[in-house]
Amino acid sequence: MSFVDIGALEDIPAQGARVVRTKLGCVAVFRTADDRVFALADRCAHKGGPLSEGIVHGHKVTCPLHNWVFSLETGQAQGADTGQVQTFAAKVEAGRVLLDAAQMKTESAA
Amino acid sequence: MKKLVVIGAGMASGRMLEHLFEVAPGEWDVTLFNAEPRGNYNRIMLSPVLSGEKSFEEIVTHDAGWYEAHGVTCRFGERVVSIDTARKEVTGEKGAVAYDKLVIATGSEPFMIPLPGRDLEGVIAYRDLEDTNRMIEAAAPGARAVVIGGGLLGLEAAAGMRLRGMEVTVVHLMGHLMERQLDPAAGYLLRRALVDRGIEVLCSANSKEILGENGKVRALRLDDGTELPCDLLVMAVGIRPASALGRAAGLAVGRGIQVDAQMRSSNPDVLALGECIEFEGQLFGLVAPLYDQAKVAAATLSGESASFTPREVSTKLKVTGCDLFSAGDFAEGPEREDIVFRDPARGVYKRLVLEGNRLIGAVLYGDVADGNWFFGLIKDATDVSEMRETLIFGPAFQGGAPADPMAAVAALPADAEICGCNGVCKGAIVTAIQNGATTLDAIKATTKASASCGNCAGLVEQVLAVTLGDAFVAPTARPMCGCTEHPHEDVRRLIKAKALKSMPAVMQELGWKTPNGCHSCRPALNYYLLADWPLEYKDDPQSRFVNERNHANIQKDGTYSVMPRMWGGMTTPDELLAIAAAAKKYNATVKVTGGQRIDLLGIKKEDLPHIWADLNAAGMVSGHAYSKGLRTVKTCVGTDWCRFGTQDSTGLGIKLEKRLWGSWTPHKFKLAVTGCPRNCAEATCKDLGVICVESGYEIGVGGAAGMELKETEPLAKVASEEEVIDITVAFVQLYRESANYLDRPYKWIAKTGGLGWIRAQVVDDLENRACLIARFDLSQSIYQKDPWAERATPDYQRAWSPLADLTKEAAE
Repeated sequence: MSFVDIGALEDIPAQGARVVRTKLGCVAVFRTADDRVFALADRCAHKGGPLSEGIVHGHKVTCPLHNWVFSLETGQAQGADTGQVQTFAAKVEAGRVLLDAAQMKTESAA
Repeated sequence: MKKLVVIGAGMASGRMLEHLFEVAPGEWDVTLFNAEPRGNYNRIMLSPVLSGEKSFEEIVTHDAGWYEAHGVTCRFGERVVSIDTARKEVTGEKGAVAYDKLVIATGSEPFMIPLPGRDLEGVIAYRDLEDTNRMIEAAAPGARAVVIGGGLLGLEAAAGMRLRGMEVTVVHLMGHLMERQLDPAAGYLLRRALVDRGIEVLCSANSKEILGENGKVRALRLDDGTELPCDLLVMAVGIRPASALGRAAGLAVGRGIQVDAQMRSSNPDVLALGECIEFEGQLFGLVAPLYDQAKVAAATLSGESASFTPREVSTKLKVTGCDLFSAGDFAEGPEREDIVFRDPARGVYKRLVLEGNRLIGAVLYGDVADGNWFFGLIKDATDVSEMRETLIFGPAFQGGAPADPMAAVAALPADAEICGCNGVCKGAIVTAIQNGATTLDAIKATTKASASCGNCAGLVEQVLAVTLGDAFVAPTARPMCGCTEHPHEDVRRLIKAKALKSMPAVMQELGWKTPNGCHSCRPALNYYLLADWPLEYKDDPQSRFVNERNHANIQKDGTYSVMPRMWGGMTTPDELLAIAAAAKKYNATVKVTGGQRIDLLGIKKEDLPHIWADLNAAGMVSGHAYSKGLRTVKTCVGTDWCRFGTQDSTGLGIKLEKRLWGSWTPHKFKLAVTGCPRNCAEATCKDLGVICVESGYEIGVGGAAGMELKETEPLAKVASEEEVIDITVAFVQLYRESANYLDRPYKWIAKTGGLGWIRAQVVDDLENRACLIARFDLSQSIYQKDPWAERATPDYQRAWSPLADLTKEAAE
């Protein structure tokens, strides 16, 4: 893994997300109420909605287009819906958010 | 057919008629008098009506169709003047009627303490629907009420008014609340619970005088000189049998009309039952023995033998969240022993009173799950010496059964009473289930279990679950979402009543099951909090749907649409030039909307703060086309141009829009003002529409042209623009304060039971209208700000752009 610094934790609102642009598409970096960060492809498995604009609750996000709910931990659609969104390794160190860039180069984010 | 006259349509006589028509259909020609202008309803449920948890329609037990089907001649709203037992004739205000048998069921009268000032306007009892409605009408937030009497009724009245936002003080003569049903310790816990919800409770307080002003109540003065200001004073100190008619007719009357065990008075053709009677020196106020009497009276009328025996009764308080149960006798005595259990942290108190080997009384507070089991032991005079050591822990601890409520229900014997009001035992319910009644409603309909006070509904459901196993589907009380048991209405009320001013406070106090809600409840709670506490609560963008967080409408491809406000649908060449320039610069698709605005589609998120800055520079603000809030005011050109126009519809539309813009509402809110009944602005399908006519303005509300098509209903007709604006603002504020999130006004109006209540609040009651307007303006002082101007800044431009761009590194 090769983690790169993408910004400060406080640049992401708690229970919110910011987008990181990668060559392979946008990645949504979420910050939950307990200050954990999670990175997922910013495309809903349903109709491609921007998950980064969804409401974050617990370790889950609801897509703003049609209310599909995804686990931030696994990228799995919850409830009756089926589908998965790609996840990426992300962590917080000393208030900085780190994202695994090696993964970006080898896997498709979109 | 034999002629039966019944005086009084209360719970006892209603039940008696049901039994009578069951055992002797077609035998009786019944005339039913009622002083109240309506038929039988479930009086016990007035408290939930007062608190808003039920509507009056839900508590009606017999409707017009029922009376008609059974050929009952209804003389409602007519008082009986006299009874002539010699001629066997009853005379009402509108004439006489002969009887073969007469049933007196006149119930009771509230006892009014003979205090000076008790005739003042605003001094009421708590007895019937009229009293309930008086309290509901008086219940504006900030209005003050004093309740004299800390018994069952007084506390239910106090809690109901408090839930409706009033400042309530309870004045109780005795040292602790509900002293007839509770011991001092449970009384203390109850008092603490009431104080916690903002009700002031004064015990050992003696009322001296009711003070008035201009014939209206102003305050209650206690004998220590304390003055308690109030707009309404409710006396709930007790009832006494309404036995005057019986006395005048020459029947034997003690404290009530004296009856034998067959419910016959001293005249064999005259029966009496309910709260108006006295049987072996005893009076009756709770519903269970009344229903027993109803059964006996019906049998006596049918010539069958039955006899009434008073039974033990238990009491529960119908105040949501105050769990309290008492049964039997719990006075201390030389031969009596107590078993007491306390858990102060959970607010639990249990006390059992034993005499010899028998349980004779139980008081439970905070955890009443075992109440019916204790009650059964009391009634059956069970020898409890074997289980004495674990008795207080309830049935789950007897014989090593697991502490599972379902197991406890499963373990109940067939003759265990489930519904105290209607005397329905478990066996009867199980039989009904086996005969096909598989829902709570079906059980209610077939056995009457839980059909009166409803407290045993949970227990009935458990019996259903135990009997049906997996086939039982628990009914949903339609909670807000999976995070809570509470429906929207409860949450709104509790936010106000418990003064919950932050999202964590709501989730903690109302027992949210998730750590921070979900996409369904968070936007609703955010709205409720900002609407109820505009000064204290801070809007939470992360609890808003994307459109309201980003102040633009998200489109299917993740881009946004941007729509500047055009007041009343008016624009200028300069504004159009600025819009055209912005559209070219950001490569927007341009669409004219149905609300007389121009929509710019296809804007990227990171461009939003830039296009806003451009439009702001040309003097335009957000059109809020994305919000659950004030959207557009559509107008026609009115008297400015139109040869048919009757008023300045454009000018009025602009005034309304300038006053209302920026306000958040439970759902989107659209208006229109049209200059004449030709209705070019389509005002009759808006949430609020104004139709100008020669003589003034017609205001209609509750229209919609979305998934449902609704025509507005007339709210008011007024003469001046000022009144249109005032009524509109008051209507919007009432909607903001009382509707469920995501209910458009037409849905809200339907849930309030039609426009009557709303019209009274915003049209008829000028003082209330002024209060609503003041609260709206207070909220606008915080929220009427252009979100574009606030966000067209470098900080926002940064925050709305990607956090990082790894495309270059990835390309290396």
